[in-house]
Amino acid sequence: MLRASPKRASVRVLLRALLGALMAAIAIVGFAQPASADEVTLTVGVFDEERNGIPDVALTVTTPDGFEAAAVTDGEGLAVLPIPIQVTITITLEESTLSGPVRDGLERQTNVLTRDKRVIFTLGEGSGANTGGSSSITLSRVLQLFFGGLVLSLIIALSALGLSLIFGTTGLTNFSHGELLTLGAFTAFVLNTAGGLNIIIAGPLAVLISAALWGWGQNQILWKPLRRKGTGLIAAMIVSIGLAIVIRYLIVFFFGGAPKSYQQFAGQVPIDLGIIFVTPKELILSAIAIVLLTAAVLWLKGSRIGKATRAVSDNPALASASGVNVERVISFVWILGAGLAAYSGVFLGLTQNVVWTMGQYLLLTFFAAVVLGGLGTIGGAIVGAFVVGITVQMSTLFVPTELKTAAALFLMIILLLIRPQGLLGKAQRVG
Amino acid sequence: MDFGFILSQSMTQAIGVTAIIYCLAAIGLNVQFGYGGLLNFGQVAFVAVGGYAVGATVISVGSSLWLGLIVALLLATVLALLLGIPTLRLRADYLAIVTIAASEIIRFAAKASDFLGGAQGVTGPIGADFYALNPLPAGDRFGFGPISFTRPDMWLVLVGWATIALVTLLVWALMRSPWGRAVKGIREDEDAVRSLGKNTYLYKMQVLILGGIFGALGGAFSAIARGSVQPDGFVPDFTFFLYVILILGGTARVMGPILGAAVFWFLLVFVEQVLKEGVASGTITFLSSTQIGPIRFILVGLGLMLLMIYRPQGILGDRKELMLDAR
Repeated sequence: MLRASPKRASVRVLLRALLGALMAAIAIVGFAQPASADEVTLTVGVFDEERNGIPDVALTVTTPDGFEAAAVTDGEGLAVLPIPIQVTITITLEESTLSGPVRDGLERQTNVLTRDKRVIFTLGEGSGANTGGSSSITLSRVLQLFFGGLVLSLIIALSALGLSLIFGTTGLTNFSHGELLTLGAFTAFVLNTAGGLNIIIAGPLAVLISAALWGWGQNQILWKPLRRKGTGLIAAMIVSIGLAIVIRYLIVFFFGGAPKSYQQFAGQVPIDLGIIFVTPKELILSAIAIVLLTAAVLWLKGSRIGKATRAVSDNPALASASGVNVERVISFVWILGAGLAAYSGVFLGLTQNVVWTMGQYLLLTFFAAVVLGGLGTIGGAIVGAFVVGITVQMSTLFVPTELKTAAALFLMIILLLIRPQGLLGKAQRVG
Repeated sequence: MDFGFILSQSMTQAIGVTAIIYCLAAIGLNVQFGYGGLLNFGQVAFVAVGGYAVGATVISVGSSLWLGLIVALLLATVLALLLGIPTLRLRADYLAIVTIAASEIIRFAAKASDFLGGAQGVTGPIGADFYALNPLPAGDRFGFGPISFTRPDMWLVLVGWATIALVTLLVWALMRSPWGRAVKGIREDEDAVRSLGKNTYLYKMQVLILGGIFGALGGAFSAIARGSVQPDGFVPDFTFFLYVILILGGTARVMGPILGAAVFWFLLVFVEQVLKEGVASGTITFLSSTQIGPIRFILVGLGLMLLMIYRPQGILGDRKELMLDAR
């Protein structure tokens, strides 16, 4: 495949690359503004054994470097307060405001990294439930993890669908797909903080901008010229690794490494759905994600361009000979893929944090989802995403939290041994 | 700006401990990717196994470094077998995904393991046995011209480059042998080699083991030199840096990884030092000192992209010997 390129084509590639870099730099510099959201939200819950909230419990939060805060639980038994990131915090309940003993004692220590933290105290004797880690398996814990798994699955599915479509139509194993998610989240962050737009407006706007700039633009500036140049698939894969590194560190360069949050909905109090706790934003964002996924799948199944996409995935040469404009299909796929990934970025940014590594950490779960479901199939990516998302969260019932992603990756390797074409893939040679 | 100082710093790093670690791992990758055509994106797993084997044997178990080295080589072989059995029959893109996944599984597992020190890793006098053999006379600095090292570092650098020389000689000899020709044949056309009656699966496995052992040597060297093994030092970016080094120097060339590692670390340190001095002296005003770190990585990524697009054969390579097509 790799041919010696005509001189003029390579000059054009270079010019386009420079122009693209310049445009991106201007776009980022124009918006960039230092932000100082180095705080996350701590939610402390005090409950009795039936999970009824205990109001009016006084508590203090301290860190080794002198931070101190006090709060009192509300009618739901919850207290919400901002805390610094990357410290060890000690939470102490005031004994005089409690009606009885607390499991595992009045004092709890926990490490706050970069995410919102939730700490639950339960009244009663002895020790046991709700201490996290691999403690006893209760129904509420299983359901809570399952719900978390569903939310993660939706985030993975949105990105994995684009990854699978891009692979299907162009053959590119895109190692910079995680950065499409990160770029989406940061585009929304810029609109939200520097642009002063509410995230309700900034989010959808960021999805559109990402689809155009990071999706269509990326394909036009980088991948289209490379395809025309006849670059091999492995070379393109390695180029995508380089691109991922460039994008990640450009973001660190302009925004710094500390995690940030959007200005709205940062510390939302979870609501009690009887047996599990859910924040309203998680519910709304998940509902939108389901709508988006359904719309995307229906579009791919029903519309002309969707059918053309599947035709190109199946056999590009045949599709092209049948009058399908392959380049147009590829542009469409990049726009769709970047838009969906940007939405999952905003989703993740709203429920957790906006940080430069957010896409990088998830990239392998996208791959696991796509490989599990079957590379290049539409339904496969979504089915795979749910298998991976739920495995990641539920595995914490049995293995240490550090290993939760490893569980999903392990599952992928095992499945490749048994069924190399993936759950929904057609049998074909992958070796 | 003191260019003399910057140059001597950069040259010291170009032949220093870090360059040696990356060079050894890149030689392993060269055997796998360059000669064998295996798109191993999890080379860092072998480096991690080498580092942890030495670190845990010396610190956690309290045994000798030499036993640790043997354990490192054995574990690297075991890992190559474990990794190779499910993956070597897969197409290149699958192999890439599975190997990178395996390297992450190993990192997560090390992070969760108390025996391996969890997130803190293993720290302590891992290289004590090695430094005890230092034959250099007492003295502060050793070196030649503008390059100088402390006494322990000089000993490390000497042994490191001697190891690289031996390993390179071995690779050179192997690749001239019938075995090497079969390996290169598999890279070009696996079916053709198979039709000649060769067991290509076995050859690929041997290639993976050999490359993995070189990677583990790099990891063990890193553990000795730094006195610590930390899980977050073994992120996938490590493997990607190895690809930059390999492609820069020239894939499927005996001297490629050596030249690549030296040039890579020279440029990286040179750019960093120039920017640092520039910011400190006020010549560069558009950067803050915390932005210098990211710039290095941006350049690495950009370098990888541009190399791959415009000069995939690197400095020494031959375009015909590149394994760049999948499917």
